Amino acid sequence: MVNYYIKRTGQMVVTLYAVVTIAFALVRFLPGGPATALRAQLMQEDVPSEVIAQRIELYLSVNPDAPLLDQYISYMSNIFLEGSLGKSVFIQRQTPVTEILAEALPWTLFIVISSIILFHIMAVVIGALMAYWEGSLFDTVNSAIAIVFTSIPFYVLAIVLVWILGYEMSLFPVGNRYGDAIEPGLSVTYILDVIYHGALPIASMVITQYGVRALSFRGNSIQILGEDFVRVARLRGLSDSRIALWYVGRNAILPLYTGFLLSLGWLLGGTVILEEIFNYPGIGLKFIEALEVRDYPVIMGVFIMITVALVVGIYVADLTYGKIDPRIETGDQSEAF
Amino acid sequence: MKHSDTDSEDGLEWTYDASQEVGMTRREKLREYYQEYLYKPALVAWSDWRTRIGYAIVGLYLAIALIAQFNLYRPPEANQEMPMLQAFQEGSAILGSNTIGQDILSLMIHATPEMLIMIVSGAVFAIVIAVLVGTFAGFKGGRVDSALMFAADVGMSIPGLPLVLVLTSTLRPTNPAVIGIIITINYWAGLSRAIRAQTLSIRENSYVEASRVMGVSTPRIMFKDIIPNLMPYITVNFVNACRAVIFFSVGLYYLGFLPYTNANWGVVLNNAYTQGAILGGSYVWLMAPIVMIMLLSLGLILIAQGMDRVFNPRVRTRLAGESESVEGDAEEDDVDTFGGAM
Repeated sequence: MVNYYIKRTGQMVVTLYAVVTIAFALVRFLPGGPATALRAQLMQEDVPSEVIAQRIELYLSVNPDAPLLDQYISYMSNIFLEGSLGKSVFIQRQTPVTEILAEALPWTLFIVISSIILFHIMAVVIGALMAYWEGSLFDTVNSAIAIVFTSIPFYVLAIVLVWILGYEMSLFPVGNRYGDAIEPGLSVTYILDVIYHGALPIASMVITQYGVRALSFRGNSIQILGEDFVRVARLRGLSDSRIALWYVGRNAILPLYTGFLLSLGWLLGGTVILEEIFNYPGIGLKFIEALEVRDYPVIMGVFIMITVALVVGIYVADLTYGKIDPRIETGDQSEAF
Repeated sequence: MKHSDTDSEDGLEWTYDASQEVGMTRREKLREYYQEYLYKPALVAWSDWRTRIGYAIVGLYLAIALIAQFNLYRPPEANQEMPMLQAFQEGSAILGSNTIGQDILSLMIHATPEMLIMIVSGAVFAIVIAVLVGTFAGFKGGRVDSALMFAADVGMSIPGLPLVLVLTSTLRPTNPAVIGIIITINYWAGLSRAIRAQTLSIRENSYVEASRVMGVSTPRIMFKDIIPNLMPYITVNFVNACRAVIFFSVGLYYLGFLPYTNANWGVVLNNAYTQGAILGGSYVWLMAPIVMIMLLSLGLILIAQGMDRVFNPRVRTRLAGESESVEGDAEEDDVDTFGGAM
């Protein structure tokens, strides 16, 4: 078991390393990519040619004139040893990318994590009820609703929400993290205002994401309701609530659990479009701003950060899965053939 | 069916039968393939209302694409109508027009062919890579397996949308087929893991072992013994990959990070959103692309959901009743179909 943890941790470190290497390859080798584009921009600004390489190194942590191996080593050590992601070229000149991201990240995490928690709760509750009343009107109607909501891309729903609730009815704000008049701090009005401003982005994620999971939870539950151990539990005269929670719920929730942490990365990626629509200043909006002016250090910074979140998410999912499902003691079956 | 009308010797009969099996002509094989993989599933699929509606919707989009391809409806041009016409105001532009006087219905129709090319190329790319990597890793096991699954892990760890945004904004692809492939550039990773898991259980079957003992080559086992068993799962995931391409590509066009084409639902959506469709009260301009995206996506979901039932033998028996499709069930029972989980 301990062996597995060590092995899995090693695997995560190697994955992180590989992913950052891919980021380096994107910076360095993509035709018209970061290094080339930045050089062109600096030349346009009449920066003397001997300074250009230094500037590029300052921004991207890569000196295009140095030998390739040196570039690679300096890029990797900058990220892993110093935790530096370079400096912004345009959107906030010379500001370290980590600083820009640290300021924006909590807001994105607020949107993403509240969405994940909410749509999983919705999926479990609605899915369980659908399974319990399988074949009833409730089941049919909710299945249909879930399918229709799933077919809407989240950004399309976001546009519709902004349009109807934001502009037409003026019920919700369309932009920013909190109102201008409100003093940031740990006051009730401030927190309520933050929730009020985040409500529409969160709603558009929750409504479009819960459906698939509700349907799969329903499927799992129905399957488990037919298992022998549930029948035996009934025969033993256990209470309905105990059967529902401990015998059915616990088993049906397992497949959702991995999805729970995996959706973190997916949603972090999705905020790129979401924050653009709601004009909500998180890392997604920074990413778009940076893409528009080709501020590559910021682009790569967001890219690496979301990737790291995803790698860590999968890692935590794998490690804790054994705790939740005792049947999977180690998770690594030897499949040598 | 009796093969032994003439021979009486038991041993002879057996060899006779076997030689006939081997001597199946290509035509017979094709017919069997058609029966097993196209005709019967289609029959059962048609009996499920979900797939029936799904097929009808996808068929509608194919028809729209043909209309655009053969120019049966005029292509969108600036000033072909009065600007900012409302829907149903003018007979020539039923859905109204936008700020530069383009017919919105025409924009919708002429965006369809490129969209379908993008969807198919992206989904085919993702599925082919996923199936090859997944089955090969699962069948070979050992180091090959570890290496391929490590690659899949790395691929899975890269968030799709930001990667695609970085790639498209620097490469600026214009060919819809290429755009489709870039969009699904790391879609294969998660899928190949799932396919590997299924391959692991299939390769334990006695017929796979028999093939191995007989010295049949790896590609042949993969394509003859393993992949046919995975077809149900592959089909469902193909449909899901199609949906992913729609979501991503429309999103990218909406954000404006793909080279500008006049007619794309995402571009229309963006124009409508930013050029005052909301404030100008031109709701159809905004709703038209939304309906186009949603309907196609809904059609695909319905197909995937229905297919899931078609290929799940237990449900299939119930659905098909006493029909001929029941007979093959015993063999197919070991094919696991995942639920509609993404």
